[in-house]
Amino acid sequence: MSDVCIVGIGIHPFGRTDGVSGVDQGVFAVRQALADAGIDWPQVQFAYGSSDAAGNPDTMVDRLGLTGVQFINVRNGCAAGGSALFSAQMAIKSGEFDIGLAVGFDKHPRGAFNALPAEYNLPDWYGEVGQMVTTQFFAAKIMRYMSLFGISQKSLGMVAEKAFRNAVHAPHAWRRQPVALEDILAAPLVSDPYTKYMFCSPGEGGVALVLASEKKARELGKPLIRLKAATMRTRPPHSFEVFAPSVDVVADDTGPRGTASRIASADAYRMAGMGPADIAVAQLQDTETGAEIMHMAENGFCADGEQERWLAEGRTEIGGALPVNTDGGCLACGEPIGASGLRQVYENVVQLRGDGGGRQVPGDPKTAYSHVYGAPGVSAVTILER
Amino acid sequence: MRAIAQGLFTDETPPRLIGGKDRETGRIVYPCPDAPTYDPVPLLREGTLWSWTVQRFRPKSPPYAGPDSFAPWVVAYVELPGQVIVQARLVDVAFEDLRVGLPVRFAPAPLDPANPDGVLVPAFVPMEAAA
Repeated sequence: MSDVCIVGIGIHPFGRTDGVSGVDQGVFAVRQALADAGIDWPQVQFAYGSSDAAGNPDTMVDRLGLTGVQFINVRNGCAAGGSALFSAQMAIKSGEFDIGLAVGFDKHPRGAFNALPAEYNLPDWYGEVGQMVTTQFFAAKIMRYMSLFGISQKSLGMVAEKAFRNAVHAPHAWRRQPVALEDILAAPLVSDPYTKYMFCSPGEGGVALVLASEKKARELGKPLIRLKAATMRTRPPHSFEVFAPSVDVVADDTGPRGTASRIASADAYRMAGMGPADIAVAQLQDTETGAEIMHMAENGFCADGEQERWLAEGRTEIGGALPVNTDGGCLACGEPIGASGLRQVYENVVQLRGDGGGRQVPGDPKTAYSHVYGAPGVSAVTILER
Repeated sequence: MRAIAQGLFTDETPPRLIGGKDRETGRIVYPCPDAPTYDPVPLLREGTLWSWTVQRFRPKSPPYAGPDSFAPWVVAYVELPGQVIVQARLVDVAFEDLRVGLPVRFAPAPLDPANPDGVLVPAFVPMEAAA
């Protein structure tokens, strides 16, 4: 079967853009992606749009043109963008369409996500006692992982330091000032072992990707960036997830537990006919610095515990063996849920085209990997090849 | 003093947490779901610290119903051997003494330490402190 190709990319800068709605940030990204692909809106045959908190994506036809285009809205927690992309590539793979769009945007209020127990099928008392706080879960997950696999708090700081340093060269990133490692480590704790620099913030932004059949991509004369795999998976039994009043006991609890990420990753490698060693650059979900560390192992790049050495050796730096989060990831870009997973793919296309400027991965990378994870145990992975 | 919700603790002294046992699979969850497929079961009083963090800022209200004044507290996941791992507070412990594997015992604590007549929330204490 011929591959689905990414022929156009667009992004509205992440962060805070007062006075511009989430939908308009999505429209901005779409126009940029269309121009990049060298097509006009009427040529778009279909669209999948993701937004968690900024309204229905299909309302953007008001701005883009009432062409009667098929436009389907996607909500799927933190995997929303990945799910939109998965759906879009299926639409082309099926033979139904030749060219279409995956677009995602969001605009979250300042501060931590404010969740209510009833939305998660939890009793009211769970929130009343102060446990309806996402950071507690992320902190408890890495605390156990550090204990099992010997990860230091310094490594947690190094991931943040790398993120802000990479973002200096990413025009779409939000936090683009380098922060010294000692300042990261000495900053106030939010939830032990994480200081305030080690968590990303909800934010704003929009991303659009134009997808086309290989035949159509050749007609457009674009470099062929092939989508070799796109997977979206849900959690296995016994996993540890956000807002969990209880967790299953297991017979052997000395290893890592199964996760949606591990399933999505393994299936993506199988579909692409590749392994972790074949990947030249990776964007891994880093809503906290420990997430990047755990996801290095969950996506097969290293064994649990090897991250400590990987970071010490600079292997995930832009010039390292496996550059990770070359645009600063969620830590530097923030997390507008609907757009976040698509930002990773945007960044991978930039890298594969060699357009990364000061953050360009050297050595002419040919393969790129993206991974998102979120509540309540969902994950989406893509593998691109040029 | 009363528990923050009905069906959380047993009526005995000292109380135990109440979990829910799936009638088909035997899997135990906490709290006991309000569903006919689960039987309420009292959980073990003693366990070990599976993981933990410290809540360093006052959570947003709603849903948080604690006092306006705030002091950091320990969020614990406690493994009750052979049953289930439960999320609760851990009190009467110095933060520097926290470690995975620390033996702990169930001991409900007031949501507002300044108001001993208020509601009790699920909590554990280190075994040494409980002795």
